[in-house]
Amino acid sequence: MLNNEIFINIIRFIVLVLTQVLLLNQIDFLGYINPYIYILFIIVFPFTGNKSLLIFLSFILGLTIDFFLDSGGIHAAACVFIAYIRPQVLKYSFGISYEYNTIKISNTDFIKQLIYVGSMVLLNHIVLFSLEIFNTNHLLLLLKSTLFSSIFSIIIILSAITIFSKKPR
Amino acid sequence: MQQIIFFLIRNKNFLLFIALFSISIFLTIQTHSYHKNKFVNSSNAITGGIYSIKSSITDYFNLREKNKILINENTRIRKQLESYKSKVVNQNIDTSSILSKYYFVSAKVINNSFSKTKNKLTINKGKRDSIQLDLGVITSKGIVGIIDNLSNKYATIQSILNTNSQINAKLKNVKHFGSLVWNAEDPNVIQLIDIPRLAPVKIGDTIVTGGRSTIFPEGILIGAVIDFELTEDENSQNLNIQLFNDMTNLEHVYIINNIDTQEIINLEKGLENVE
Repeated sequence: MLNNEIFINIIRFIVLVLTQVLLLNQIDFLGYINPYIYILFIIVFPFTGNKSLLIFLSFILGLTIDFFLDSGGIHAAACVFIAYIRPQVLKYSFGISYEYNTIKISNTDFIKQLIYVGSMVLLNHIVLFSLEIFNTNHLLLLLKSTLFSSIFSIIIILSAITIFSKKPR
Repeated sequence: MQQIIFFLIRNKNFLLFIALFSISIFLTIQTHSYHKNKFVNSSNAITGGIYSIKSSITDYFNLREKNKILINENTRIRKQLESYKSKVVNQNIDTSSILSKYYFVSAKVINNSFSKTKNKLTINKGKRDSIQLDLGVITSKGIVGIIDNLSNKYATIQSILNTNSQINAKLKNVKHFGSLVWNAEDPNVIQLIDIPRLAPVKIGDTIVTGGRSTIFPEGILIGAVIDFELTEDENSQNLNIQLFNDMTNLEHVYIINNIDTQEIINLEKGLENVE
């Protein structure tokens, strides 16, 4: 059972990285809007899983994306940040109970899902674009990219969760 | 001692987070200075390999347009060749004896970005094709960027659409120089700054490379002026330039190798040592 979960996570890691760099990074909607789906790995990582392991894996995930996009360490930083902050986000989205119940994200109601995914994506994108732009002269560009890319990412991630979840029997 | 260990165990997540976050910030700051990011870049074998598989598939989609561009370039060059031939009286010149200062290597762009503020491209030529750092990259229509990182088979280019990039350029008909920078707003419009106030600038003027460095030969096309204004201190003017190149759709590029580069660099080093 445990082996199965590790295997699923490895496959998910590879598929998400390839989807991101080969497909989604070529979109450039309206010239600068790209959705970032790869953080789905951090969002759906087992809620009861080892937190240190998640932080470490997020670093590897972000760094892999950075290798492809020639972006230094910005994705790694943004990923490590949301991986560290995830327990707090989980607590206020789903209440205290998440630690003791083995709830799955696809089984919770839509509003809670939206709050959880929305906050994770926004936090990730704020760190990501501040580090990428790294210049107060482009503050407007920063807010614009963060807002539009976040909306795009949230829609894609929520659809992915809905499509790939197993129907409760 | 025990308390320190307990402290470490209790805060292990936080410490791990701080450590990894610092590494990421360090790697980010490294990329802000030109070709310092030796470690994280897409010119390595794995990312380069995946990108070249991707481009071998997506290439088919715009073959027609690329062919048209190549045919146009061939026609232009053929015309030039004919006009040279008609000028030369003696037809039996051994062309191998004509030395050129520059030679060109063709390459294919396998990954292109233009929507970020620090854009890079990846090409499918590397060290084994005798490519070095700091070589200029152009297309038939204009400049693209400068080689930034290398592996055996692949290289990354710092695009002119990069807020760190700064290239020497000038107005075609007069001798006034300026620096080419990008304000990260439009991938087809870049800025030429520090042009003296006295320089006569008109809308539609052609901008070419300045030839003050060993990277680009003089007179490679860049773009045309679309508007210009004086800076606040009224000493120089800033020009907006529409690029001739479509930076969002690049495929075949040429790398310029200057045979004299090493000699010039050695000479300049020698001068510094004397001082």
